[in-house]
Amino acid sequence: MRRVVITGQGTINALGRNVAETLQAMRDGRCGIGDLEFQDVERLSIRIGAQIKGYEPEDSFNRQQIALYDRFTQFTLLAAREAIGQSGLSFSGELATRSGVILGTSGGGMNTLDENYRSVYADGKNRVHPFVVPKLMNNAAASHVSMEWNLKGPSFTVASACASSNHAMGQAMQMIRTGMADVMITGGSEAMLCFGGIKAWEGLRVMSKDACRPFSANRNGMVQGEGAAVFVFEDYERARTRGADILAEVVGFSMTSDAADIVMPSKQGASRAIAGAMQDARLNPEDVAYVNAHGTGTTANDKTECAAVADAFGHHADDLMISSTKSMHGHLIGGTGAVELLACIMALREGVIAPTIGYEEPDPECALDVVPNVARDVKVNAVLSNAFAFGGLNAVLALRAA
Amino acid sequence: MSDSIKDRVIAILAEQAMLEPGDVSMDQSLEDLGIDSLGLVESIFAIEEAFDVSVPFNANDPTEGDFDISSVKAIIEAVTGLVATQAA
Repeated sequence: MRRVVITGQGTINALGRNVAETLQAMRDGRCGIGDLEFQDVERLSIRIGAQIKGYEPEDSFNRQQIALYDRFTQFTLLAAREAIGQSGLSFSGELATRSGVILGTSGGGMNTLDENYRSVYADGKNRVHPFVVPKLMNNAAASHVSMEWNLKGPSFTVASACASSNHAMGQAMQMIRTGMADVMITGGSEAMLCFGGIKAWEGLRVMSKDACRPFSANRNGMVQGEGAAVFVFEDYERARTRGADILAEVVGFSMTSDAADIVMPSKQGASRAIAGAMQDARLNPEDVAYVNAHGTGTTANDKTECAAVADAFGHHADDLMISSTKSMHGHLIGGTGAVELLACIMALREGVIAPTIGYEEPDPECALDVVPNVARDVKVNAVLSNAFAFGGLNAVLALRAA
Repeated sequence: MSDSIKDRVIAILAEQAMLEPGDVSMDQSLEDLGIDSLGLVESIFAIEEAFDVSVPFNANDPTEGDFDISSVKAIIEAVTGLVATQAA
């Protein structure tokens, strides 16, 4: 099997408009969560989120593009531009046909849905813009990336709720590993911060009204975020031959299904995914120094995840660092694993472990080293990134330093 | 405690538990009735709709919002309280 490396990364999220700004915020333990700003927010009981403030589509896209690109597609294109730019690749001829796009999203064009439902149901209009369908479809972002950069190989979108990005990136890795493609643009995006998007989540009663405090005893729920992160995955030999700057190697991936409950997580399902990723990567528990947690800040996730990590790592769980960066960038749902991979790559390249901020009180059910509140300088060689979705779909990636 | 509130809350819980209202007794807990976490949030939604009230409840910390869900009786009392204060 071929080895897979990362040769480009890009992002836009509440912490920054690019990778450098985002990583600086993570190093500083800065929180991107604040008051939500959009139409009808006063009718919500949950009014906080990690929103990209001051974002103006007109700064990056022309009128025709904005008519076609939902917010989640715009975020994807901005992140892809940074990632592909860093990789130094341009796609033509044979390489174009050997390169594809696999992206994760849960809601797709949620803002487009929300705006147009409001228009026809609330405002009583009988006509919507002709591009509503191509704008809202979940594969719109992947398709626009393929068109913008001439990627003609396997391309599609993965939707597995909060594990969408990890499933997408795992699939992209497998494509290169098995020789189906040489370069894959992968990651994920979400733009669910609109009235309908938050209203739906309110109903489940799992959202916090004040802050995201993963693993802290006084945590009281999740906080949504928005944005995208996109990576260039490349065949190792190809990257080495062309002298590319290799950011990290993607060494393992595992997916499992709880087959149990549509919302409650399972320790066994999560633990099997964690152990599976290490096995696939041929890593022993002691080789892994850092885990980027799913860490949503809900009671159910955090205690189940800690139990799963303890189960999969055995004694080594006590020596492991595990942090949830959702405390800073919020829960990007289908895009979250992608933004969290940035923290994993920072750990491997720069030896900086992003903290779990908002940590106030130890919880005996989450008795692991959660890197509370302050980033830590530790050189690490192998890391995992967890994602556990509603519906019991788990996806864990393993990365190693280049 | 108004009978109509009591009867309506019991009807909501009975429907969620797939029981006859007559089989729901005041000292039972939701667990006794076989109502899980999803059933609970659905019941709360039904209560909010039926009584036009807003129930303070966070599934991450069921004790946080002062809405006692420890038994059928406690839920009926909590709903009665909400109806009295929120209708005012």
